[in-house]
Amino acid sequence: MDTNQYLEMFLEESKEHLQACNEHLLELEKNPEDLAIVNEVFRSAHTLKGMSATMGYEDIADLTHKMENVLDAIRNSKISVSTEILDIVFKAVDDLEEMVMDIEAGGTGKKDVQELVTALNLIETGNSAIITPEMETAASTMAIEPMKQDAPFFHYDDYELTVIGQSKEQGFHAYEISVTLREDCLLKAARVFMVFEILEKSGEIVKTKPSVEHLENEDFDEVFTIVLISNEEASSLEAKVMKVSEVDRVDINHVMGVALPMAQKPAEIEADSMATSAKEPVKETVVPQKGRRATNAHNANKTIRVNIDRLDILMNLFEELVIDRGRLQSIAGELHNPDLNETVERMTRVSGDLQNIILNMRMIPVETVFNRFPKMVRQLARDLDKKINLEIIGAETELDRTVIDEIGDPLVHLIRNALDHGIESPAERLAKGKPEEGTVTLRAYHSGNHVFIELEDDGAGINKDRVLQKALERGVVTEEIAATLTDRQISELVLASGFSTAEKITDVSGRGVGLDVVKSTIESLGGYITIDSKEGQGSLFQVQLPLTLSIISVMLVNLEKDIYAIPLSSIIETAIIQTSDILNAHNQKVIDFRGSIVPLVNLKGIFEMDGAQEKEEYQSVVIVRKGERMAGLVVDSFIGQQEIVLKSLGNYLQSVFAISGATILGNGQVALIVDCNALIK
Amino acid sequence: MADVSESTREMKVIVFQLMDKEYAVGVEVVESIEKLISITRVPKTPSYIKGVINLRGVVTPIVDLRERFGMEVKPLDDTSRIIIVSLEEFEVGLIVDSANDVIDIPVTSIEPQPEVVGSIESEFISGVAKVDKRLLVMLNLEKVLLPVKRVTTDEI
Repeated sequence: MDTNQYLEMFLEESKEHLQACNEHLLELEKNPEDLAIVNEVFRSAHTLKGMSATMGYEDIADLTHKMENVLDAIRNSKISVSTEILDIVFKAVDDLEEMVMDIEAGGTGKKDVQELVTALNLIETGNSAIITPEMETAASTMAIEPMKQDAPFFHYDDYELTVIGQSKEQGFHAYEISVTLREDCLLKAARVFMVFEILEKSGEIVKTKPSVEHLENEDFDEVFTIVLISNEEASSLEAKVMKVSEVDRVDINHVMGVALPMAQKPAEIEADSMATSAKEPVKETVVPQKGRRATNAHNANKTIRVNIDRLDILMNLFEELVIDRGRLQSIAGELHNPDLNETVERMTRVSGDLQNIILNMRMIPVETVFNRFPKMVRQLARDLDKKINLEIIGAETELDRTVIDEIGDPLVHLIRNALDHGIESPAERLAKGKPEEGTVTLRAYHSGNHVFIELEDDGAGINKDRVLQKALERGVVTEEIAATLTDRQISELVLASGFSTAEKITDVSGRGVGLDVVKSTIESLGGYITIDSKEGQGSLFQVQLPLTLSIISVMLVNLEKDIYAIPLSSIIETAIIQTSDILNAHNQKVIDFRGSIVPLVNLKGIFEMDGAQEKEEYQSVVIVRKGERMAGLVVDSFIGQQEIVLKSLGNYLQSVFAISGATILGNGQVALIVDCNALIK
Repeated sequence: MADVSESTREMKVIVFQLMDKEYAVGVEVVESIEKLISITRVPKTPSYIKGVINLRGVVTPIVDLRERFGMEVKPLDDTSRIIIVSLEEFEVGLIVDSANDVIDIPVTSIEPQPEVVGSIESEFISGVAKVDKRLLVMLNLEKVLLPVKRVTTDEI
């Protein structure tokens, strides 16, 4: 079978499932008793197995299969979760990832997994003699056979009958399983979900009554019925379903002699609330899964890949459209044709929505980078014999795709560094009166035109004397310079190339190549890295990244004929002041703004425009800030607030003073964006 | 002298006018020729940078070639054109008096610049081509369009 056309989908989905495995395994490690998590992992592994077998990647299928067996044993409480077992499962997931990567890179996805398979087998058999053979068959879920029950009569359409008929021929049974929930059952949908889950492992659900939608909305009384095709015995199915709490009764009947399609009156079918169309059953076997996944918060996003250049083109074309829209609006305004006006209004709304979508398309949550860290930290902590808790805050912070692609490696370096050099060993920590477990916090947030990513640890901090001594030894700084350095500058020496503070070089970090690479990568992205460290209390590495291409909110202002944009993030407020309220301090004009003295910056003066605004009685001032300091920018008038796309001025105009970029306004004009940071000294 | 293939080799150039002289740039660097559209002034840049325009969604800087070459400045009129050239790192629009022609010139007709060529700084010129009776000044765009680094140092 030619599977090439599905390859990309396979890769995307595999990665999603592997990521899901990773996340859930980490969770499982924290709550080893929570079998629901095992189920999640199991499901991901199971899907992965099915997909890879279909695609012909036998090694992946093999490995997932073994992993599945172990998970199943855990799930059935035959073995209990231990770090050792998880280590091996993690290792298996790692290998799977490697194989998937290999396939992506054009390889065959083959890898010697024998060792792991043996290890998995050992776990599986060592602690639980028999892994139920039925599990295996269930895993390779296949079509099955029908039966009949009397209570809620079922009408089968041709498709269902065919499925049931065929599976019977193959020696499967078809059951009508009627499940009665207890009257006082509170979470009916949840119980239904659990029943579905169990049955799906034993076979294939052909249809349900009431329909899945109704079941999910708890739109039924106590009883619901599932038609299942399975090769398991009715009694074992019954026992399994009865394990779900709040299930009162389970009735299982064989679907009898493939009820003749002839006997089926169309009227009956219509009357039947669920058999809405002949095609529906096909969907229903799929839909329930999807639906229930959606209820799981951890559902990974479905994605397609789009070349970022295409997005750029799309965006530029769209902006052209916006310009034409603006023209159309003004034409419509002149013509006073109600129909035209209405159409233009509609178009305006639709294109507004479209704009938002396009703008957001390039932004992805930083989570896509962060989500690989928990596992890495776990592994490193074990390698280093340290106890470390990684906290991630602000994973939903969105960053431009291009930046996301670049920051992964620098962050890995920083985290490795924090774990290796920052956090002390448990014994040391206890001796210092700190909790045994070190905490590393990874934080991302937007501020101004920047995204900040901070890595904070409560470890040993940077030993300034030692850093300085090392820096001198290695010729990173000279004695004279060293004498003038501030504490912060000394800390930041560790970012200089050829510097390594660890006395013992480990393979985790500490070859002295990591941190200066981090620094140069971040700087090449137009960002900065700063270090704030208190010896004995920990360090804070702060990475500041620009939102290269991003949407920002700005205040548009008039300066003479030109329009300038001031980022809203820098603005505290706008004010109109009387010219007579302007005071003179030396050569600097200042105003008294809410009790503090704020220097005034005449933007027209800075931008070398002429214009005698002094004559006017009132002046429009935008109060902006940079950190703690404030300034008042004097402008001609305010236009309003708007979301704009930040565009660079290009490589020809490099660093124009006090201009951080440009944007294209709705009318097609270019407006420059004022860089408030440059205006406040 | 050059062999046959050398003498027949031709290059396509765009010819434009500045003052009374004709200049040429290779057609391969020219993206498009635009009529004048509204230019947004960028403060604190050299005077020959007229500002930036919105070129189909891309913010593109505009250089007035007359000013760049230190010629007498002429107000823009209907014949003025913006030639968008694309160099390795960036795109820039050049304001010229008019864009006249696209012609093929034999490579051999290009000669090194004479010692004195009017008022234009000679580093901007890569050669002079004589085609029929026309004299085309070939521009060295890399030099003409050296990126503008921080122009003013108001950092203190």
